[in-house]
Amino acid sequence: MAEVNKQAIQDYATRLGDDAVVIGHRVSEWCSKGPFLEEDLALQNVALDFIGRARMFYSYAAELANDGRKEDDFAYMRDHREYQNLLLMELPRGDFAYTMVRQLLVDVFNLYYLEQLQQSSDETLSAIAGKAIKETRYHLRRSSEWVLRLGLGTEESKKRAQTALDDLWGFTHEMFDLDALEQQLADAGIGVDNTSLQAAWTTQVKSILEEATLIPPEDEWKVKGGREGYHTEFLGQMLNEMQCVHRANPGLEW
Amino acid sequence: MSAENLQLFEIFLRSKRGLDHKHVGSLHAEDHEQALEYARDVYTRRSEGVSIWVVRSDDICASQEDDSESFYDPSNDKPYRLATYYQLPDEVNNM
Amino acid sequence: MALDQEQNFQAKIDAEDKIEPKDWMPEAYRKNLIRQISQHAHSEVIGMQPEGNWITRAPSLRRKAVLLAKVQDEGGHGLYLYSTAETLGITREEMINALQDGSAKYASIFNYPAQTWADVGAIGWLVDGAAIVNQVSLQRTSYGPYSRSMVRICKEESFHQRQGYELMLTLCRGSEAQKAMAQDALNRFYWPSLMMFGPHDSESAHSASSMKWKIKRETNDYLRQKFIDQTAPQIEFLGLEHPDKNLIWNEERGHFEGSELDWDEFKRVIHGDGHCNRQRVQHHIKAHEEGAWVREALVRYKQKKKLKAA
Repeated sequence: MAEVNKQAIQDYATRLGDDAVVIGHRVSEWCSKGPFLEEDLALQNVALDFIGRARMFYSYAAELANDGRKEDDFAYMRDHREYQNLLLMELPRGDFAYTMVRQLLVDVFNLYYLEQLQQSSDETLSAIAGKAIKETRYHLRRSSEWVLRLGLGTEESKKRAQTALDDLWGFTHEMFDLDALEQQLADAGIGVDNTSLQAAWTTQVKSILEEATLIPPEDEWKVKGGREGYHTEFLGQMLNEMQCVHRANPGLEW
Repeated sequence: MSAENLQLFEIFLRSKRGLDHKHVGSLHAEDHEQALEYARDVYTRRSEGVSIWVVRSDDICASQEDDSESFYDPSNDKPYRLATYYQLPDEVNNM
Repeated sequence: MALDQEQNFQAKIDAEDKIEPKDWMPEAYRKNLIRQISQHAHSEVIGMQPEGNWITRAPSLRRKAVLLAKVQDEGGHGLYLYSTAETLGITREEMINALQDGSAKYASIFNYPAQTWADVGAIGWLVDGAAIVNQVSLQRTSYGPYSRSMVRICKEESFHQRQGYELMLTLCRGSEAQKAMAQDALNRFYWPSLMMFGPHDSESAHSASSMKWKIKRETNDYLRQKFIDQTAPQIEFLGLEHPDKNLIWNEERGHFEGSELDWDEFKRVIHGDGHCNRQRVQHHIKAHEEGAWVREALVRYKQKKKLKAA
């Protein structure tokens, strides 16, 4: 097994924290705006799971950094160019179909990803994955059922779900890329080899879409860059809002 | 068209293994499966349950207050069904 | 017959028996309960907005999670209460319509804007605090389902008040700017929190019958006094100035006494002069309308599934 320095694991945990906090933030934007009360509460549970996950990854990154920084320094004191989340996570919440279709794409990915991460030789990453995978199974149960309901519901719900799918599909490809950092960690048995997840992800997503009578888009366009900090315009705006109070009076307890 | 076209379900929770399911409230959902999931999100936010039952509210048949006399009063004159009815000597403990 | 039923009903109330959904009850009792419970439910749901508005700006991940969980609870409490009202033969749809067309009220406190992060603390501490004082007394309300909801809600709400106070405490122990923010929030939310208990007993339209039927268990003024008394030392502990400069301790009565409230403001805000009256209802209507196609899809999906099964 190749020797891996702590910095690499810290960077890896940080980007997984970025993924979780960004999608968690997007889902939390539904608060008081859900289609009915029961669903509003369910969405907030999902958001809470992701925020909790972000805290675990960032805390681990802070522990490895060992330079006095804490979880919030990772979330609040890094600019959007430093964030390394996948682009899919940062896109605005959109309508309910957009949110649910995105959740399906993300949840299936997370399921396979976390299954692998659970096998990590790094005990902390493995433990976080073990907790997160239970949440993810529930998230996927919800999102796959919702995509069925939307696809098979009314003309309008089907149209909205299909539009969301068409708008989101091009952002899914970067989930299966592997950059140098990830390659190094995958080789060392610490990180996940994303490329190995694509076949299973595609099969499962397509089978749910088929049941929902939605058409998987052609792979015509691919937008990438999240892991390099090359983001859409939306992330900067989101972080401006998220970080504004914390940064107005830096270095304080809240 | 509104959420109120969804059905009303009654929710029962078993708070821990070995105890009965207890009625905790109700909610709206499309079907039993969804009712179960929402019950998880609405009624077990603080780990209040280890098992959930959902029942369509329409499926519950409840006795009426007017039935009280004919239902329950007849038991009132049958105290011999209760253990405390029987006076035993003190020497016979713990029966 | 009706007279017998009414006497029988009042006898149960007087004996501290609970009234259950299938029991006979006077129409006015049912109406009074529906009004009060649905107003309570609407307050929880509208109350999600001022704080929900801060979830995206919460200054730490821990606070973000706490606030999400707290606002989620408010929604949950709204849901428990809607369910409770439904046992009285009204649908959630009818209640939501009444909220949206203005015929049903919600707690007027939510017509005040949540302007700073400290307001999140002040709302948890003072607004939830005042609500708890009221809800604790309602655990003994005569209508069984309402009483049981209150027991459940009170259990959960004490977390709300504590997280609010803890948030204020952190600010008061922080920088000058943080402390000033806390003082400002206290100054703005103290008075409207006292108004949450409603008008003086002598002015309260629903008090007499509500007390006779034990829907309400304590009077507005009694509960308000209790809240004033419990809040004064909490303000002192934070090291903040009490917003009521006339507050004195009355040794003989064993209570704090303070300024008369600005009841004109109370009426003005209830009747539409609050900063957020229109915003709150419009937000609710917008979310409800944007969700219409989702609810439609759900119903349609179920119908199709049924057809397929048949």
